[in-house]
Amino acid sequence: MIENDEDRADALFHALADRTRRDILRRVLGGEHSISALASHYNMSFAAVQKHVAVLERAGLLTKRRQGREALARGDLQVVRSTAALLTELEHAWRGRIDRIDALLDQLKE
Amino acid sequence: MPVVDITKDLDALTLTIVADFAAPVERVWQLYADPRQLEQVWGPPEYPATFVDHDLAPGGRVTYYMTSPEGDRYHGCWVVGEVAAPDRFAFDDFFANADFEPDTSLPASHCTYAFVERDGGTRATYVSGYDSAEALQQVLDMGMEEGSRSAINQIDEFLAR
Repeated sequence: MIENDEDRADALFHALADRTRRDILRRVLGGEHSISALASHYNMSFAAVQKHVAVLERAGLLTKRRQGREALARGDLQVVRSTAALLTELEHAWRGRIDRIDALLDQLKE
Repeated sequence: MPVVDITKDLDALTLTIVADFAAPVERVWQLYADPRQLEQVWGPPEYPATFVDHDLAPGGRVTYYMTSPEGDRYHGCWVVGEVAAPDRFAFDDFFANADFEPDTSLPASHCTYAFVERDGGTRATYVSGYDSAEALQQVLDMGMEEGSRSAINQIDEFLAR
């Protein structure tokens, strides 16, 4: 896993800047897939698909494990929804609440 | 805009929101002391809140439910900690069962609300803390799926009155 925030952002954006990789990510976020099953969806070599998977793995967006002779990949939602993203979601909820408080205070003044 | 500062502490897992309101501290306190006012600001417009018990005193409980657009009710319970009216109070906000008993197997939000006078108005500081990132995620998934869009719509409705 990449430690530095800026490096991580670079890796994330690089990984997501490619249409095939976004498509692979969508599939593996929905469930675990073998690399060969993924490769069957694209008009490119197994090795090329493997490379795309490796880029996504480096960005922390998916994890791989071996089962027998197969490599299985699954999306990692924890990275997609990092702690910072979670706190940002909470912030949105709070902004809504603060606005409601402000509006109610205003309304009661009149 | 009333929100003046937002601090996210990724290590302590706290979100601190500072907001300025154009009303005296006593008035802002009343929002929390009066369940009828509290329910107007607690839940998002699609999930209106109804407060049932309201004992805003140390060790007291404040219970509520939120009603989904489909009519489902989601229950919650504050277990109140320190209370120093009208300056500050603290509570743990739990998910609850239909009898409003806190579900201690689910994560709680640790909340501290503080109010100080500032230029004739009130500076409010709201701190929400979580025990783990998983706890925060669960709270968001279960109870706080409030879009900023719905909040903005509600402001528009207020302004249109």
